[in-house]
Amino acid sequence: MAIIDNKEIYKAVVIGGSAGSFQVISKILSEINPKFDLPIIMALHRLKHVRNGFVEALSIKSKKPIIEPADKEAIKKGMVYLAPANYHLCVELGNYFSLSTEEMVNNSRPAIDITIDTASYVYKQKIIGILLSGANKDGAIGMKRLKNRGGYTIVQDPKECTITTMPEAALEITTIDQILKTSEIIQFLNSFCD
Amino acid sequence: MVEDIELAEIKKLATFIKDEFSYDFTNYALSSFKRRIIRIMELYKFTNADQIIQKLTKEPEFSKTLLSEITVNVTEMFRDPSLWRVLRDQIFPNLFQMQNEVKIWHAGCSSGEEVFSMCVLLEENGWLDKVKIFATDIDHVIIKKAKEGKYLLKNTQEVNDKNYVRFEGKGKLSDYYKIDGQNVIMEQNLLRNVTFREHDLVKTGWFSKFDIILCRNVMIYFNQTLQNEVFKVFHTSLFNYGYLIIGSKETLVWCDIANKFITVNNEEKIYKRVRE
Repeated sequence: MAIIDNKEIYKAVVIGGSAGSFQVISKILSEINPKFDLPIIMALHRLKHVRNGFVEALSIKSKKPIIEPADKEAIKKGMVYLAPANYHLCVELGNYFSLSTEEMVNNSRPAIDITIDTASYVYKQKIIGILLSGANKDGAIGMKRLKNRGGYTIVQDPKECTITTMPEAALEITTIDQILKTSEIIQFLNSFCD
Repeated sequence: MVEDIELAEIKKLATFIKDEFSYDFTNYALSSFKRRIIRIMELYKFTNADQIIQKLTKEPEFSKTLLSEITVNVTEMFRDPSLWRVLRDQIFPNLFQMQNEVKIWHAGCSSGEEVFSMCVLLEENGWLDKVKIFATDIDHVIIKKAKEGKYLLKNTQEVNDKNYVRFEGKGKLSDYYKIDGQNVIMEQNLLRNVTFREHDLVKTGWFSKFDIILCRNVMIYFNQTLQNEVFKVFHTSLFNYGYLIIGSKETLVWCDIANKFITVNNEEKIYKRVRE
């Protein structure tokens, strides 16, 4: 695993995940250094009609506060944000969120592609995109755009993924800077606190 | 596939539409507006946003199509079933204790799913003939669709029927529609006290007074400046102690009229107007 040098340029981390990613996210949030202060923006596939419970489940072990942002909520350092059920989560210029009930993308709402794409549009090269285990190709195009705008790309090592479709789709269409196991993703993020 | 369009192009297009036509998208939330524009470009095989301006110049009628494509018309019946239960079990019983008639405004009614949800709820509880409902949208094409009450069978079965079950209605949603091939057709009699009307929240503003205003997941497509203006319109359009209901992840806490409302139910985003 490579540790990057110019850590101070980064402004945000965006994470996408689907089937098989809950344990990974849960582990990342339980072992992340509480001093890690970049906002973490997560789009995870979830049941459309179940509004409550996801944040609560992730919060049990999390070292960081997690919320589902309201429409137009400002993005703050040190926070973890989760896309709400049945909404797309978008990042807007001016560093705040907006929500959308547009058509599903890749059969998903929230769609990982939309969150990663809008976040990288706003943060340009100053963002780290991480794509985890999942059973469809959502997130691959987002990761490609993030890479094209100069961002840093990481996928969970398919060897470790419960379902490999999602990271493999990203690996197929764009350059991925690092392929990491869960423990290495944690180590990578925690290196920002050194 | 259109990869991306420049911010300047988007702003130029929105300004052109505002100057030449009667629609103002200049205060729409940028990321979703941009996606709508890209969607239109892909649909019409345009390679840049200027080609939309050229088309509008040659065919002004295209502005109507553009409006229908820009506005998001994805909705469900009984979306957030828990809200509809609160309406049935608390809000309406409270209102009908005080008054014999309730006036309701669905602002941004889109293809009408929410209007039908409301009418089903009211009909099941014997309240439908004690209400006057106004349903408005900026897009007359979508209003026509709402009046027809014709929805895809697949969507109805996969989403609406299930939401209705979670709402815990008195029967089945299918009691209120007929299957017609790939579609379902809602019972027209449900709309007997509904008036549909073309209305632009951004431009027209206030037109009547209501006891309940529902405007759910409409203002998420606006920026904060415009949201603030629309909240003022809603404040003016409500009787004192009237209810404003917005989407489950929307909030009015930061807008100018926030102190004129109290929160009745934060989970379902039901607010009550308490001050002039």
